[in-house]
Amino acid sequence: MIKSLLVMLLCVFCLPARAALDASLVRQLADEDSSRKVAAISALTQAADPDALRVFKAMDEDSLFLAGGKVVVIDGDQAFDAVTGVPLKAPDSPEPISVNNRIRGELANAMAALKLFDSDAGVRLASAQKLQSKAGPELAPLLARALEKESDARIKDLLTLAHAQANLANGDPGARLAAVKALAGSSSPSVKSLLLPLTDKSLESNTRVRYAAITAVKDIDGRMALTENLGRVFSGLSLGSILLLGALGLAITYGVMGIINMAHGELLMVGAYSAYAMQSLFRAYFPDAIDWYLPAAVPLAFFAAALVGVVMERTVIRWLYGRTLETLLATWGLSLILIQSARALFGAQNVEVANPAWMSGGIELMPNLTLPWNRIIIVGFALFVLSLVWVLMNRTRLGMFVRAVTQNRAMAGCVGVPTARIDTLAFALGAGIAGLGGLALSQISNVGPDMGQGYIVDAFMVVVLGGVGQLAGAVWAALGLGVFAKLLEGWAGAVIAKIVVLVVIIVFIQKRPQGLFALKGRFAE
Amino acid sequence: MRQSMTIRILSALDRKSWLALATFLALTLVAVPVLHLAVAPDSVFHVSAYAITLFGKIMCYAIVAVAMDLIWGYCGILSLGHGLFFALGGYAFGMYLMRQIGRDGSYQSDLPDFMVFLDWKQLPWYWSGSDSLWWVALLVIVFPALVAFVFGYFAFRSRIKGVYFSIITQALTYAAMLLFFRNETGFGGNNGFTDFKRILGYSITSPNTRLVLFGLSALMLALTLIFARWLVASKFGRVLTAIRDAESRVMFIGYNPLWYKLFIWTLSAVLCAIAGALYVPQVGIINPSEMSTANSIEIAIWVAVGGRGTLIGPIIGAFAVNLAKSWFTVSFPEYWLFFLGLLFIVVTLMLPHGLVGLWKTLRQSRGARA
Repeated sequence: MIKSLLVMLLCVFCLPARAALDASLVRQLADEDSSRKVAAISALTQAADPDALRVFKAMDEDSLFLAGGKVVVIDGDQAFDAVTGVPLKAPDSPEPISVNNRIRGELANAMAALKLFDSDAGVRLASAQKLQSKAGPELAPLLARALEKESDARIKDLLTLAHAQANLANGDPGARLAAVKALAGSSSPSVKSLLLPLTDKSLESNTRVRYAAITAVKDIDGRMALTENLGRVFSGLSLGSILLLGALGLAITYGVMGIINMAHGELLMVGAYSAYAMQSLFRAYFPDAIDWYLPAAVPLAFFAAALVGVVMERTVIRWLYGRTLETLLATWGLSLILIQSARALFGAQNVEVANPAWMSGGIELMPNLTLPWNRIIIVGFALFVLSLVWVLMNRTRLGMFVRAVTQNRAMAGCVGVPTARIDTLAFALGAGIAGLGGLALSQISNVGPDMGQGYIVDAFMVVVLGGVGQLAGAVWAALGLGVFAKLLEGWAGAVIAKIVVLVVIIVFIQKRPQGLFALKGRFAE
Repeated sequence: MRQSMTIRILSALDRKSWLALATFLALTLVAVPVLHLAVAPDSVFHVSAYAITLFGKIMCYAIVAVAMDLIWGYCGILSLGHGLFFALGGYAFGMYLMRQIGRDGSYQSDLPDFMVFLDWKQLPWYWSGSDSLWWVALLVIVFPALVAFVFGYFAFRSRIKGVYFSIITQALTYAAMLLFFRNETGFGGNNGFTDFKRILGYSITSPNTRLVLFGLSALMLALTLIFARWLVASKFGRVLTAIRDAESRVMFIGYNPLWYKLFIWTLSAVLCAIAGALYVPQVGIINPSEMSTANSIEIAIWVAVGGRGTLIGPIIGAFAVNLAKSWFTVSFPEYWLFFLGLLFIVVTLMLPHGLVGLWKTLRQSRGARA
């Protein structure tokens, strides 16, 4: 450790270093023949002397020259001896050493390999990552040596992989077998493509190696399928969160008032347009803080949708209590009016709602599994809204009243619960949650006047599946439906998946007509 | 004492209704053809081809409305899936019309154009025999009936009712729409079936063919009305109304509502399918948007506007709403949805018995004053 540190220092200050580099090899770098140059690079790399890095770097930057039979590094008006690093008098007519693309590639690999011996773990890690899937057989001994010295577990893993890759073309079947076995633990598609030639009889003569390669490819396939399925489960969860935000409000309104609100999808639309309005506002007045329009839109989306909900409840729905089928038609009429109003206000085309910068990108969990930030945030947001609703329903006076009215309207009225006011408030709450759902939706799908129509059938399915007025049922139904739909989509395509889901729900209703979490006892019909 | 069939059918309607029906048939089967063919086009009394298509179309809608009323108005089951049965009938008959194009399509092939376009080599098995009118006529009736029966059996058996049933039918129709939108399912995808040329060898655009289709629609509407009248006046109809008003009581008395509901549901679906089959040759196109949620709910509003639980109401409603629609969408296209939305709200809030109910109340209050 101390030794390599010293070497580093020597390098940095360009003090006369030990004459460790082989002078003849350095001279060979200036050879006319490219192959001999490559051979020299490879030989210098094998020595694993960090000093070679300096020469390679100079060569890569075209500042390596041949002057009077000596290889010199010329940096501006200073010159150094390439072998020792000793400053020299600037030569008169230095002859540049040509570097073609092939050599540049070799140099890059060689430099990466040499950096494996760097004292900084970060540099070593970067270099080990760079060598993944690029390690040629000539690097094998070097990698083996680096592996021996390495103490950091993560770098060690990477090096093992690189070493195994480099050994795949080794002449010794034993080395190849060991390499294949080491690679079998990977789950990256590039490793799989490296292993594939070894499963071919005409390319790999050794039976044991071939069989090992075949098993390894199978293992990797299995793991890749697993990560793929994990990815699907995750996108299913995020779809489920959207469904949940849509269905939560519906579950409350249907549970409390026994009302099917066909305009619920349009309340989602109101929320999404609130995001659009807030974005336009920020663009016009606070362009510097544009990334923060989304948090600012949260209260707007909630209250705008809640306001629309209150108006709907006060003007139309309250006159229709107890007539559910008629409510269905009346709210459908309301939804038509809302859609047409959105067209009149914002135009018939979809509007553009941009993701804030902090929502783009994602977390890379595995080589082929990336979780996008916007989906993660939506799942988190759904959880947040869910816990808020839970607290509201179970820990506040309003929630208690709402539950009381859901269970027994007449009795609740008798003991003094203002049922009409609770209806309005519950409807406003349901509508507001739908608005929040629309806000989340605006981040992952198109925002347009009839965007709500596509979600309403799904939201109803969640309510039907979960059981009426059951928050827990809605949660399980939404997440289950989301994950199930996405997993099906993986092997059957989106449309077939949708149809299968609907058929499954219809069959499910046969068994449990009141949903997953049916009310028992006296509340059951 | 058992009455003979003729008497029973005759007694289904009273004298005034028979007279009204005879006038209707005389108008549609005699007056309109004469006014269309014999009167000069510039005369005030000339009935244009546009009007014939429009009214022919609306009569098909009226059949659907009566079918919807049978299940909703008389049995209390609101279906949001009648668009599906309408479209199934339409698609079955549309395939016959596609086959009638023969080699006159743009690809000059025996197969329908969209199949050639998708590079299909032969007709899928479920469309075999679709070049015969009789087979297709059977298909129009049997297939929707089968779908309705199977779906209804499972739904009614587990006593799914009220809004649950409405939503499940809506989901079913939605799923079917997605299926029909696919190119590989053999229903022409997005565009559906169109560009029809002839029917039974006659040109589909000729005035005579139009008049025959118009007359058939009128006849079918009249037959539907008589049959529905007879049905709801029978003992069967009374059990239906009883199920609508108090299903559990009907069960306790010893009836099994399942078969009553299932019969009226399947019948309603078949009537829809027949209407769809009559609709397609007159309009000249059938595509998956017929199965959209909006279309099925609009059927319910025709019935609600006219008056549920009466048989003339749905017909009045279908005519009123659709005439308003064709006027609005030409004159004020951007206000049609506002109007329709308001119609939904006003009818449910203020006119629970529809126009027929309004008419009755007005007459009663006038009678009270006199």
